[in-house]
Amino acid sequence: MTDQLKHLSEKVTKGLMTRREFVGRAAALGVTAAVANSMLASAAKAAGPVRGGTLKLGASGGESTNTQDPALTASEVPLYNLRHWGETLVDVGADGNIEYRMAESVEGSADAKQWVFKIRKGVPFSNGKDMTPEDVLMTMQRHSNEDSQSGALGIMRGIEDMKVDGDNFIVNLSTGNADLPYLMADYHLMIQPGGGMDDPGAGIGTGPYTIEFDEPGVRHGFKRREDYWDAENRGFAEFSEQLVLNDATARTAALQSGQVHMINRVDPKVASLLDRAPNLSVKSTAGRGHYVFIMHVDTAPFDNNELRLALKYAINRQEMVDKILRGYGSIGNDFPINAGYPLFDTSIAQRAHDLAKAAEHYKKSGHDGSPIILRTADGAFPGAVDAAALFQQSAQAAGIPLEIKREPNDGYWSEVWNVQPFCASYWGGRPVQDQMYSTAYLSTADWNDTRFKRPEFDEMLLAARAEIDEVKRKEIYSKMAVMLRDEGGLILPMFNDFVGAIAANVGGWVDDPNGPLMNNKAPIKCWLTDA
Amino acid sequence: MHPILKLVAQRLALGLLLLFAASILIFVGTAILPGDVAQSILGQSATPEALANLRAELGVDQPAITRYFSWLGGVLQGDLGTALTNGRDIAESLSTRLGNTLFLAFWAALIAVPLAITLGLLAVRYKDRWPDKLISAITLTTISIPEFMIGYLLIFFLSIQLPLLIGGMEFLPDGLQSWLLSNLRFSSVALMNDSMTLIEKIKSITLPIMVLTLVVLAHMMRMTRAAILNVMQSAYIETAELKGLGMLKIIRKHAFPNAIAPIVNVVMLNLAYLVVGVVVVEVVFAYPGMGQYLVDHVSKRDVPVVQACGLIFAAVYIGLNLIADIVSILANPRLRHPK
Repeated sequence: MTDQLKHLSEKVTKGLMTRREFVGRAAALGVTAAVANSMLASAAKAAGPVRGGTLKLGASGGESTNTQDPALTASEVPLYNLRHWGETLVDVGADGNIEYRMAESVEGSADAKQWVFKIRKGVPFSNGKDMTPEDVLMTMQRHSNEDSQSGALGIMRGIEDMKVDGDNFIVNLSTGNADLPYLMADYHLMIQPGGGMDDPGAGIGTGPYTIEFDEPGVRHGFKRREDYWDAENRGFAEFSEQLVLNDATARTAALQSGQVHMINRVDPKVASLLDRAPNLSVKSTAGRGHYVFIMHVDTAPFDNNELRLALKYAINRQEMVDKILRGYGSIGNDFPINAGYPLFDTSIAQRAHDLAKAAEHYKKSGHDGSPIILRTADGAFPGAVDAAALFQQSAQAAGIPLEIKREPNDGYWSEVWNVQPFCASYWGGRPVQDQMYSTAYLSTADWNDTRFKRPEFDEMLLAARAEIDEVKRKEIYSKMAVMLRDEGGLILPMFNDFVGAIAANVGGWVDDPNGPLMNNKAPIKCWLTDA
Repeated sequence: MHPILKLVAQRLALGLLLLFAASILIFVGTAILPGDVAQSILGQSATPEALANLRAELGVDQPAITRYFSWLGGVLQGDLGTALTNGRDIAESLSTRLGNTLFLAFWAALIAVPLAITLGLLAVRYKDRWPDKLISAITLTTISIPEFMIGYLLIFFLSIQLPLLIGGMEFLPDGLQSWLLSNLRFSSVALMNDSMTLIEKIKSITLPIMVLTLVVLAHMMRMTRAAILNVMQSAYIETAELKGLGMLKIIRKHAFPNAIAPIVNVVMLNLAYLVVGVVVVEVVFAYPGMGQYLVDHVSKRDVPVVQACGLIFAAVYIGLNLIADIVSILANPRLRHPK
């Protein structure tokens, strides 16, 4: 009987039989369902990580135009590439705490203006040289100097000067920032030999893998490094391969037919169906990313707060979560922070869908009844066109003449977003509140896409940034959230989950709210149980 | 000079002129599109400084005319340049992609063209009887379904359901079952790289070949049928019939040679489609061909790459049309020996 059961359970792991069928067959052999299930689980979960094998990821978000230069990384596939060969000073862990990587420890001064990173010793780059504090300094310079093209330029702006002192890398800020270590976890800031000044796209770093082949838009292959410094925790598969599968159906089919072991961005529409398929599981992780409708508070008619409030009350948040995210998400409250952030104040009242209030505010606004144009595109966020239609329906029920203008995906981020006064958009979320607010809600922020410019708000943000006392900080953040909720130009109906899927023989999965597929680290932190 | 050689020379010269015109059209087209390469690379997270720095480095801050002529100068010297987005040599990346596209087109054509013509001949032989109707019904159905849908259906049945089905056949001996499982495996992802053997490559693109065959079959089959039926009305066919020749022999020896010109035209049109128009199939099967490569670079406004792809596509069209013309002349004695 055991032979037969073993044969059957192998079939399940090979994808030839569903779990349900297995339990049925096992029952016929006189084994209870509970025992059969635990047999399967133990077949799939060996004790501890397994080394070896080729772990394959099918990922969307890659184009044939991609490069390995961390400064120019903006989409998901290049980000998985960076995680394979590179590492940052610190990481943000799944629990929201700082995890030390190239830095061994971090210490801040009392006013949070000076930060000292003690750099780890004896960590080799994949070109054989040891990583030094000078490499760290040069990397940071490349991302912050005058002719930098880096996506991290914005977060490097508050830095007054940087220097190396023995084993330490020292950062001096113009104003205190208690969250600086979190900023250093930004994925653009991969430590490269000589800062990557000579050859930024060489793919040489301190990560667990080296590039084996690199075919942008098609596939990327990596081989495990023998001399990796942290082999205990990362880099279990001998080879790691990434197939670029931008088509959602191609991704799910590849996972179902066993050609890849994990996929990113499962369409919420099919997630619950996919979860029923044998030998794989859908992994949904609550994150900090959110889908939004943004109004420019300095442009008529959105300069009228009554009108903004009318629109905020008119939107039906729960309906959006149910119909656009199919339940893979949670409702928002018109400020960009949720329980995924440290120091989140849970006592802030949730704004409800209230047509009477919406009508009342609309009347108070004295709007002349001309159509209010909301611009949207498929590329704004998945389901953005449908979400705009739902918004239009509920707004019309409150007597607000909302009109949808559909824009092409091409050029949406340059011609519509941050240009037109009212449009659909998304934000990926940041590890800490300060970073989220400074990115988009500070008066001088590069991406202040609601044109929210309030000196009181800026003052609170700067005060919170330098405040070491967490209780006081939380209080300030709470006030800021309420101010943005009641006066800002942001309509935030929903926070979206990261939805991915992994095969049953993938071990080591941990939910990580910082990004999709374990903050893009699933390929280097997971292993194949049957390798 | 032989009239055919003269024609080829004339058409080649015209082709070069057309290529030049196409390159201007493509350049203007990409310039009209909103956004530019720097904006597309940096995306939503672009800061004005980073944009300006990147533009200066890529040289896209130069006026359009200057950029066009410096590109044209390079091409005339055989240098396609490097991609703006990732600095790779265009000729090198393009040759791999073009090779893949031609590989897929070649195998799809190798199956589709003879199959379509044979089916067309059979349809004529059994005109208005059930084989004719069956052939028309099936091919017209497959051409009416969008190609991505055919792709998804084949993936669902052959890549996902078939292994489950075979795995469930308990009555088969274990050896046969595992043989079937390893050999009747249809890959839903059409991998393609240098380390694969020819057999592995063909196996990997089985499903795309099937989809493309189903998509192009009907057009060529119907044209063959119509062209031959047209010839079948002629007096000399009647003569052949009266002489007592068999139907298939009449079609093969008398009707088909006289119907070649229109058939070749349609075949060439479909071959051109197989080379330049299969981006949807490439996306469904994640096949690294030219189509996906072009689309990626259009959306990133990477003009040199778009230009290079556009030139190749235009050259394929012009070349195949030239071949079609030459073949129809060679097949027609009246055109072969003009007075």
